[in-house]
Amino acid sequence: MIEVRVLYRDWKEFALKDINLAIERGEYFVVLGPTGAGKTLLLETIAGFYFPDGGEIWIEGQNVTNLPPERRRIGFIYQDYSLFPHLNVEQNIEFGLKLKKSASQDTNRKRVKEIMDWLSISHLAHRYPATLSGGEQQKVAIGRAIAIEPSILLLDEPLSALDLRTKDYLREELKRVKEEFDITMVHVTHDQTEALVLADRIAVMMQGRIMQVGTPHEIFNKPLTEELADFVGIENVLRGVVRNNVNGIAEIEVDTGGTIFAVSEYRDGVVKVFIRPEDIILSESIGDSSARNVITGRITGLHDMGPLTRVKMDSERSELVALITKQSREDLGLNEGDEVYATFKATSVHVVRG
Amino acid sequence: MNSLSGWPGTERIKREKIYILFLFLGLVLVAFVFITIGNMYYKQVEDFSGLIDAATDPVVLKAIAISVTMALASTIIAFFFGVPLAYFLARKEFMGKSVIEGIVDIPLMIPHVVAGIALYGVFMRYGLIGAPLRKLGIVITDAYPGIVVAMLFMSLPYLVDTAREGFKEVDPRLENVARSLGASHWRTFREITFPLAFPSILSGAILSWGRAISEFSAVLILAYHPISAPILIYEKFTSFGLRASRPISVLLISICLVIFILLRWLQRRRK
Repeated sequence: MIEVRVLYRDWKEFALKDINLAIERGEYFVVLGPTGAGKTLLLETIAGFYFPDGGEIWIEGQNVTNLPPERRRIGFIYQDYSLFPHLNVEQNIEFGLKLKKSASQDTNRKRVKEIMDWLSISHLAHRYPATLSGGEQQKVAIGRAIAIEPSILLLDEPLSALDLRTKDYLREELKRVKEEFDITMVHVTHDQTEALVLADRIAVMMQGRIMQVGTPHEIFNKPLTEELADFVGIENVLRGVVRNNVNGIAEIEVDTGGTIFAVSEYRDGVVKVFIRPEDIILSESIGDSSARNVITGRITGLHDMGPLTRVKMDSERSELVALITKQSREDLGLNEGDEVYATFKATSVHVVRG
Repeated sequence: MNSLSGWPGTERIKREKIYILFLFLGLVLVAFVFITIGNMYYKQVEDFSGLIDAATDPVVLKAIAISVTMALASTIIAFFFGVPLAYFLARKEFMGKSVIEGIVDIPLMIPHVVAGIALYGVFMRYGLIGAPLRKLGIVITDAYPGIVVAMLFMSLPYLVDTAREGFKEVDPRLENVARSLGASHWRTFREITFPLAFPSILSGAILSWGRAISEFSAVLILAYHPISAPILIYEKFTSFGLRASRPISVLLISICLVIFILLRWLQRRRK
């Protein structure tokens, strides 16, 4: 387990503030945040490349705050792979093994070979980093890090510099690494899909602070603040007042008019209502549906986004955004100015105190 | 980058106008150096017996040997103290850093004869450093150490500056990764940082060595004797003229060029 307690670090131009994290053993933990949020610095501080000005870092019950990086047994992988350019693939992977006093050259060689086989990079053994593709380099970096059998692997935007196909492939490799070697993974990224696919839990980081920690479902559907909602792509934010609550379904009178039903414990008070655009279903008529919320509106904009279409509509004086597939757009024959019904379930509505 | 290989067609000339113009401007400098040195060699070939005489004159050979070895000693000292300084300057930001960098570069700025006088003030028998050293029985002026001191002063910025730029080019993240893999800071420096910066450090050492051999004014003031090559050349020139000084000059720069080319070649091969 990694515990980061009230960590604080002030750089001239940037600061990490009051970071508290508890990362479980064997967990795939993703730190998600926009560029410049301080994610890399947090990771480098956990690794020991920087010492914090305040706070403590505990790993497996040991206070490592003042330990140098070489005594933390933490693997580190950078976005640009950071392979040693003067060493070939084999020597790169062997680097950490050679430093262990116990190991002999023979066992090291054997281990390097095993790792290269496992990552399917044996054919690259004698190549130098400059001659490898991005994906190959990242595999070597993974091999070099796992060679020392770290209990923790820190990954700083490991997939960001790769093309889409390589990215997908290496994402699976990372999962495989975690399963095979039982390593706690702490992965920093600004890519939400990556976070969603890989993470057991996610911490959202902004301006040097951890804003929310939770499961991917919680992060993407139940953000704690409007800022977080906006960051995870919840475009529909409405303000209102809870008027009634029947069996855990709150009736919210929205400021701009109309009522929305939401699964919520709140019985009264001012609230904010978040609805993900992909949770809104559009139709031309009110059909049979278990969805509690139906809003009529007029389409004010259609934006092609590849496989999806973003539909903007004006409804009862408030504006809603829906994401639908290209297929449904064609089936419905949607055009600007059309009147449509937007339906969404009470379970798709997330309510926070506003 | 466009190459200028092959005979350019008119289209090509139009496209690469600026390169062609700059090439001709640049060639002025290249010709300036080449003609000067080439002329000296050419004249010497006409007087080949003079060259043989010089090459067999023990005084000349000793002077050249002194220059080459004292310059080597100066470079080794500059390396030993300069490489750590260069690494520190490349990695650390601190108040007064630009002051330190400025001090290191002072020898580049001041006239060499001024440096010689300043050095003499410190290293003469009653000087700040000269006096205590003298008590220990070490004499700097007009002795081998004096030559080394003068050479070191004039040549150290080349090594420090080049090595510092070399260290800057080594991504600190490589050091971070090495540390995370279990290497101590010291070992990381030895196995990652130093080897990667080595081509630059070697360049700096070569520059520094070349500069040390060629140092005249400061050596002249600090240690006229034991007589080193540039001083012998000057002495011959003022006493006997061009004909007497040229063969020693040709010998000296020939030896320098051979060593210089050899080291550059080794450096390339390493890369």
